[in-house]
Parts: sequence; C-alpha cells; structure tokens
Amino acid sequence: MIGNNPWLDGLLRILVIALAIPLSVIVLNYVERKVIGRVQNRLGPMRVGPYGTLQAVADTIKLLTKEDVRPHSADRWTFELAPYVVVVPTVVALVTLPITDDLFVRNLALGLFFILAVSTLSIVGLVMAGWGSDNKYAILGAMRSAAQLISYEIPLVMAAVAVAMVAHTPDGRGTLDLVQIVDGQGRVPYIVWQSLAFFIFVVAALAELYRQPFDIPVAESEVVGGPFVEYSGMRWAMFMMGEYVNLVLLSILASLVFLGGWNWPLGNEVGPALQVPLILIKTSLLILFFMWARAILPRLRIDQLMAYSWQVLLPLAFYQIIVNGLVLVYDWPDVVLGVLSGAGTVTAMFLTYRMVRRPVPVRRPAPVAAGAAREVSV
Amino acid sequence: MARPGAEHRHDLETIDLYINVGPQHPATHGVFRMILTVNGELVEDCEPVLGYMHRGNEKLPENCDYRQAIGYHDRTDYLAQFNTEWTYCLAVEKLMGLEVPERAEYIRVILGELNRVASHLMWAGAFGTDVGFFGTPFMYAFREREVIQDFFEAVTGERMMYNYFRPGGVAWDVPDDFQEHARYVIDHVRRGIDDLDALMTDNEVFLARCRGLSPVTPEQAINWGLSGPMLRACGVKHDLRRAEPYSIYDRFDFEIPVGTEGDVYDRYLVRMEEMRQSLRIVEQALKQMPKNGPIMASGLKRVLRPPPGEVYARTESPRGEYGVYIVSRGGDKPWRHKVRGASFCNLSPLREMVVGNYVADAIIILGSIDIVLCEVDR
Repeated sequence: MIGNNPWLDGLLRILVIALAIPLSVIVLNYVERKVIGRVQNRLGPMRVGPYGTLQAVADTIKLLTKEDVRPHSADRWTFELAPYVVVVPTVVALVTLPITDDLFVRNLALGLFFILAVSTLSIVGLVMAGWGSDNKYAILGAMRSAAQLISYEIPLVMAAVAVAMVAHTPDGRGTLDLVQIVDGQGRVPYIVWQSLAFFIFVVAALAELYRQPFDIPVAESEVVGGPFVEYSGMRWAMFMMGEYVNLVLLSILASLVFLGGWNWPLGNEVGPALQVPLILIKTSLLILFFMWARAILPRLRIDQLMAYSWQVLLPLAFYQIIVNGLVLVYDWPDVVLGVLSGAGTVTAMFLTYRMVRRPVPVRRPAPVAAGAAREVSV
Repeated sequence: MARPGAEHRHDLETIDLYINVGPQHPATHGVFRMILTVNGELVEDCEPVLGYMHRGNEKLPENCDYRQAIGYHDRTDYLAQFNTEWTYCLAVEKLMGLEVPERAEYIRVILGELNRVASHLMWAGAFGTDVGFFGTPFMYAFREREVIQDFFEAVTGERMMYNYFRPGGVAWDVPDDFQEHARYVIDHVRRGIDDLDALMTDNEVFLARCRGLSPVTPEQAINWGLSGPMLRACGVKHDLRRAEPYSIYDRFDFEIPVGTEGDVYDRYLVRMEEMRQSLRIVEQALKQMPKNGPIMASGLKRVLRPPPGEVYARTESPRGEYGVYIVSRGGDKPWRHKVRGASFCNLSPLREMVVGNYVADAIIILGSIDIVLCEVDR
C-alpha cells in the first residue's frame, strides 16, 4: 500500500496500468516494424525522429485525425460499438494481471480463471464488426475468427488447467491466484514440468492473437483484412490496440505461469528493482517470438487450423491433464511429470513434422459441367 | 410451383453468396476478377472476368512500322520483356530470312535467361504473399530482382520497357564491363535463390498449404493447352528451348525440371529449379560469347519491308509458350498481328482447378498460374 491511503493507492495503480497500455502499444508497434524489417532485410521506419522512434506517434496522430467512415448500409450500433467490445475485455483482463508481487490493480484469488474468461469476450466484438460492416469479406472473416477462437480457446484453457492442477502455494495448497502460482514455482519454473502445456499454450496464443500462421480471419490476401475491412481512423486503431494489448497480456500470462514470472531464477527476495526487469525480459522474449513467427511463416487454411487444434493439440492437452492427475494421485516424483510431458512435446513436434510431409491424397480437379456458371454480367 | 422434394426447406430460404475477388483485390496480380460462388468457405463455382486491362496490343502494331511494334511487346508481358521482344524479332527475322550475328545471339540469350530469373523471382515473392507470408519472400525476391534490374539498366538504359532487341540483332552494343557485371549478378542471385529456398521450400506451413493442391494430370494439362512451368509441373518434359531450339539454345547444357504430381508445390519447385538452370545457361553463354563482332545483321534498310507471307514464331517465355503470328502483305506494316499469350492459356482451366477447393486455396491456385494481366488481356 502506498502512503497508507487506499484511495491514493488504488488511483496510482490504475494510473500505471492505464498509462502502460497505450505506451506499450506504441512501443510494440515500433518494435514490431523494426523486427520484421530486419528479418526482411530492410531498415523499417527511419524517417520520423532518430531511427524512426517517433513513427508510432506520428501514426497515432494520423489515425486520430482521420475521418471515421461508416458505410451507408452498415448496421450503425453494431458497427460503431464493435471496437469497444474488442478493447474493453482485454483491458479488464489486464487489471487483474500482476506484473510483480506488488504491482497490480487488484489481485484476484481466481486470477487465472478470470483473465482467460474475460479475454475471450473480445471475439464478440469481431463478430459484431463482421456483421455490422455489411461486407462479404468482413462476414467471412468474422465467421473465420469465430471458428478459430472456438477451436483454440479450448486447448488454451486446457493448458492453463494443466498448470492449475499442479500449481500450489509454498505451503502446498492448490491455487488459481497468479501471485501464488508464481511464488509456488520457486526454483524450478513450470515449463520444466509442463513443457507440453507450454507448447500448447504458445500455439493457441498465436491463434488467439491472429498472427501468422493463424492470421486466417484477417488474411490480407484472401479476405482483405477480414472484419476490419470497413473500419478507418480511430475505430480501426482500437482493433489494433486490442490486438497489441492482447499480445502483451498473453505474453505476461505465459511468463507468469510457465516461466516463473518475477521469481525464477533470482528468487523472491530480490525486490521490485530486479523483479520488474526480470518479467520484462521474459515477456519481451515471448513477444519477440510472436513477431518472429509473423515474419517467417505463411498462413494455414481454416480447416487445417481446426484439424490441428482438434486432432493434435486437444488430445495432447488431455494427455497432459491425465499425466498430471496420475502424478498427483499416486504421489509420483516430479521427474516423472517432466519426462512424460517432455515426451508429449516431442510427440507434438514430430506429429506436426510428419503431418505436412505425409503422401498427399491425390484429388484431381473434376470436370465441371459446362453451362453451370452464371450468365456473365459485365 | 415448388420443386418436388423441396417442401421441407420452405421455412429457410437461402441464396448463394457471391464474392467478387478483384478487380481491386490484393491477391489478383493486376485487375483480374473472379466471381466466386461460395458455400461457407468452399468454392462452388468460379467465373473469371477478363478484359479490364485490354489496350489493343495486338491491333496497335498493325498500324506501326515493324520496328515500332517492339515496344508493344514490352508492354504485353511486362515481366518478361526481353522474351517477348525476342519472339517478335524472331518472327520478323523468319519472315525476312535474316541471319542474326553470333554476338547478338549470345547477348539475347544472356538477357533472356536473366529475365526469366527476374520473372520467376517476382513470382516467388508474390506467391509467398498469396500463401500468407508477411512480405518476407517478397522482400528477399525483390532484393535479387533489383540486382538484375540494375544490370538490364546498364545494358539498355531502361528498367522496365527495354526496347532493346531489333529484328536482325540488338539495338546497340553492351557496355565494357558486361562480363564482370553479369558474373556479379549470377553470384548474387544464386545466393538469393538459396535464401528463398531456405525460407519457403521446407517450411511446414508452406508444405501444408501447397502440397496436393489442385493436381493436374499430364493428359489434362495437354488438353487444356498449358505450357511452361505449369505443364512441366505435371510431368510433361516439354520445353521449347529443347523441343525446337530457336536461337542458339542447342549449344547449351541444361536440365528441364519436371514435377510429378502437378500440384501447386510442384509448380513452385519447377520454377525454383528453372531459375538455377537459367543461371547455368547464362554462365555458359558468357564463356562462349565472342569478344567482339557485329551485333546487327548487315544490309538492313531504315524501314523494314518483309516479303508477303505469314509466320508464327514461338519461344519459351517464363510463363510458357509465347507466340507471335504475323501476316505480311509486303508493306512496312504487318497486315495481321496476333499474340499467343502463355498465361492467358494457362489461366483458361482456372475454373476446373478452383471449384471444390477453399476460398483461401483459390487465391493460391490463381497465384501459382503466374498470370501477368497485361499479357492476359493484351
């Protein structure tokens, strides 16, 4: 508590989070363009400010002053409310996210559950955007994002459930409180015991962030931006903001739950001066991984994505949960957990490797009946 | 009156969903338009609409001097300018019975083959974007293509519409550092092709998307009149450079890559290998090229007046068989001038290849055909 005043304390905490969100979006936008530029053998933004550092600020000003276009045939309320429905849940989820053991707005006893439940709500906004735009590409993109989220939310939650099973406070009670989950990891982070869950979590997070190879709903070369196709100016920027906040949210969550948060490897005693850099490093590494994946991977097809989710990730998530249950019930040593989970990770990677290289079923294009096409109307 | 058996569906009336892909769409490579009838994500019908780029490129040369028409061939296929100029010049030379000097033939081969590499590089970059890369192959490919462009600029003074070949030879001699510059280009581009290879060929997501997609049998390919890499990907070893060697192609040692399945992935592999073979040809040509000598057939008048007759000349352009048909009635202008465009013919079975696939695949199949809209619409 700051200054022994709960009001002051609460306001300061909200201020930190409220400032951190737009700032992180601006910084991440710049970093992403630089990182992808480097991968692609170019410099990225270089003109505005030293090394282009003010590019994101210039873009923000541009977006703020841009005309907010609404298509004539759009459903007004659905169209205009959709960006808020996307942004608000991610921000609400961020409120309960602890950054160090004392840096959060409000820590909940059900923190992990709350974050996963609330951040899922933003899908409603995407479907609203797709429906409200009255655009075929947008509705196609919205349907895709709904299908994708249903497929990937389940492995994501299952991976979190696997961790929640083994998570415990230092005195051995089970917990969903994120601060206690981090403290409970002690000297060995959960990625060692739960590598399969981490793998599933990261893949599902990629899908939830709509990044390559899972950027199917917003595919530029297919549905021209998907649900966002009709948006401009600040409303469009809010979608992007939601995307980046989600990126930060999931990266912090993964580094809390799997990478030992602010604890590992320095321990809990070091204080916030070292805890903040530690969590920043872990989060940044995950964010860089997501950016790198965007730069080097093409896009899957929607049916391939769903097949991968339901046929590979979900069974493996169940496998992780069953292994966890057996270890907990029979009190096997933790090493068993690590080995079995590691074997699952290797299996997942091997399956992925084999799946794309198996002999393809030959499906020749069938002759299409002549005259089945519509009359040409040009 | 309701159709028999349709009574039970009266409660829910549905209509087909048409999606206009193009003429303004990021993935149509110009102003091509596909009207897709979709059932969810499945394409049930596809109707290509052409002609947005029609400029009368076949009619215009009929009002031009024989030498003036060369520029129209640059603009017919703007990614394989040397190859199209070459075909036209071959036709006129055949008509007039001209003998092209040896040195000019070598210059033509070197420029034509490098142009094939440049065209395939452009294709690989654009195709990568179609498959869903975030522009990385595009940047890689364009970096190498730029080196080739610089070389062409040094030789012809132009970066796009070279207008360098003439009936009977080439317009002017090459610069002094032609050999060194060409060797530098070869080294550079070879490394660049390896980079692209490393990025795309074994990429799991790329494999998942491209393998087994719209395979075409050799019989179908021949019946549909496919040519070029599209034909060779189906396993038909037909290359005009080998089948009826024009110019001096009988002097070079090169392989003709063929595919096995005829799917999109094979088309990609064939084009990647063709680039390497083209570089081999250029290397050999540089070695064999005479140091000096005439570059233009002697005794040509200022205005070409071929004898009456008709002629068809065809060459292996990067997209396949590019043919020029000229009827002369003895004047200084062709009486009839007709172009057989390779990508126009390759595009014709689009409907057969696309129907039954997903929307996302339709984009890739269209991309794999490697169309140049200027050449399709002419």
